Amino acid sequence: MLSITSRAFWDKYGMLFIGLVIVGVMTFAAVFSPIISPFDPDMLNLDYILQPPSWAHPMGTDALGRDIFSRMLHGARISLWVGFVAVGISISIGLVLGLIAGYFRGWVDETIMRLVDVMLCFPSFFLILSVIAFLEPSLVNIMIVIGLTSWMGVARLVRAETLSLRERDFIAASRLAGASSTRIIAHHILPNALAPVLVSATLGVAGAILTESALSFLGLGVQPPTASWGNMLLEGKQVLEIAPWLSIFPGCAILITVLGYNLLGESLRDLFDPRLKQ
Amino acid sequence: MEHAPASEVTSAVIVRRILYRICKKIGMTMLILLGITVISFWVIHLAPGSPTDLQTTLNPQVGAATRARLERLYGLDQPVHVQYYRWVKRIMQFDFGKSMSGDHRPVWDKIKERMPLTIGMNITSLILTLLFAIPIGVGAAYYQGRWFDKASTVFVFIGFAMPGFWLALLLMLYFGIYLQWLPISGLTSLDYDKLSFWGKAGDLAQHLAMPIFIYTFGSLAGMSRFMRSSMLEVLRQDFILTAKAKGLPLHTVIYKHALRNALLPVITILGLSVPSLIGGSVIIESIFALPGLGQLFYTSVLARDYPMIMGNLVLGAVLTLAGNMLADVCYGLADPRIRNTGGSA
Repeated sequence: MLSITSRAFWDKYGMLFIGLVIVGVMTFAAVFSPIISPFDPDMLNLDYILQPPSWAHPMGTDALGRDIFSRMLHGARISLWVGFVAVGISISIGLVLGLIAGYFRGWVDETIMRLVDVMLCFPSFFLILSVIAFLEPSLVNIMIVIGLTSWMGVARLVRAETLSLRERDFIAASRLAGASSTRIIAHHILPNALAPVLVSATLGVAGAILTESALSFLGLGVQPPTASWGNMLLEGKQVLEIAPWLSIFPGCAILITVLGYNLLGESLRDLFDPRLKQ
Repeated sequence: MEHAPASEVTSAVIVRRILYRICKKIGMTMLILLGITVISFWVIHLAPGSPTDLQTTLNPQVGAATRARLERLYGLDQPVHVQYYRWVKRIMQFDFGKSMSGDHRPVWDKIKERMPLTIGMNITSLILTLLFAIPIGVGAAYYQGRWFDKASTVFVFIGFAMPGFWLALLLMLYFGIYLQWLPISGLTSLDYDKLSFWGKAGDLAQHLAMPIFIYTFGSLAGMSRFMRSSMLEVLRQDFILTAKAKGLPLHTVIYKHALRNALLPVITILGLSVPSLIGGSVIIESIFALPGLGQLFYTSVLARDYPMIMGNLVLGAVLTLAGNMLADVCYGLADPRIRNTGGSA
């Protein structure tokens, strides 16, 4: 066992460790935000508008006198929700389509892969924007739309994995033993294809958080008064000159969270497949 | 004899293979384009809300009769597939229709006047990205595991995680508000028309400096990471060892033998990066109030301007596909292995 203070530990597990700490802290903040927040995130206090950071308000207050720190904690909640649900949707679609395409091959594969090509050629942010604008921006719609436009990578990954797995001897053996296609896919191929999916899910959470914050920043994401890091930055932009702290903290939170998920994803990739490590 | 012996692979055969490949590629591209228009049309038209809402429901002086008349005028009373058929027929004649909101000008005219800015900014930042990403990637691969590699890895991770719009806010705060060096919005200053040619160029450059920096920063991380792994891949191969073994100077090995091979995959990535560049333009142009395609798209989405949205989506898809095809062709030209076999993909 490597000691945490040794150089070898940091060389080997440094990225994983930092990633886990960031993701852990952010998840903790999101889950326990109602308990940790010093104030109600939506409580107006017009006597204390645009206060710079102080002991009472560690990150200052916004144009309506709401406590930024409490709003940041609730923003963590939104980001986590969007990240997990959107990725859940995209992974489910990608897994199912990838398994079907890779296992059955032939025209099924051809059709699914052409659909993937079509979706990849969309400037997906354009599509997300138009759909959101038409469906009324809301948390649920954002999660669904992000999920529906980000499954292509997973589908390709799972398909490639399935294509190579289905030629292996243990699959032939279970087919000879009379197992049905469904059983082979669910019991033999799926579990063996999960590792790369977990990696891309972790990286997907980072992507979904970035997309949500960009949408909210454009005013087409999570709607006020609900706090999200993106719409806090939008509010911050309007008072950039007089209250810059409004624009600094939420951005840091996005940067650090996305960084955490990316570090975690990349180091999981190295752990699962040391050949890829460069 | 089914297969011609290797010695009989004449130029005619090669030309035929290349033609076959091009035809297949064009057919595939048309199919993808069709798929994209069907999905966009379907998604946009099935969503609740209509472009006539802004002119009718929200205006108390307008009744149901007017609304129906407007819908008939725009053809919105027809079923979706009929509307799609009509739309495709018009697109074939390069007619994108007229904008349904604001000035009611033809969609293509509005797109045309905004295209130079967006495409110009993207190409400038692409060139800048390559100028920086190639040396960073090569250096990181060459000094693998050393401090330069580690520093560039840290930079890459931060670059991946940095939201472009937040970077924009920070730059506006520092260079625009604190130092007052650069203007924070718009394309030109108020006195632009009175400036000399060089004055105009300088004014534009000042306004575009921050947006182009953000575009470049956004793609730099990915590109230099990609350059690094591509270079590592090449450096591991036997011909590099041979080149080193026969005593070639190190910079010849790196820049002549390795770099030329490592650059090949970068061509493909350039082609694939078009959609994200187009997506990024929406955010950057709306932050800096630049009159480009992204801003046009954003306003037309808010106004539910069907023809305008469809025009932009089709344009985006065409640019993406053109980027992919161009990358394919360049790849073929650059790599003799693909050129001569006609490629398998």
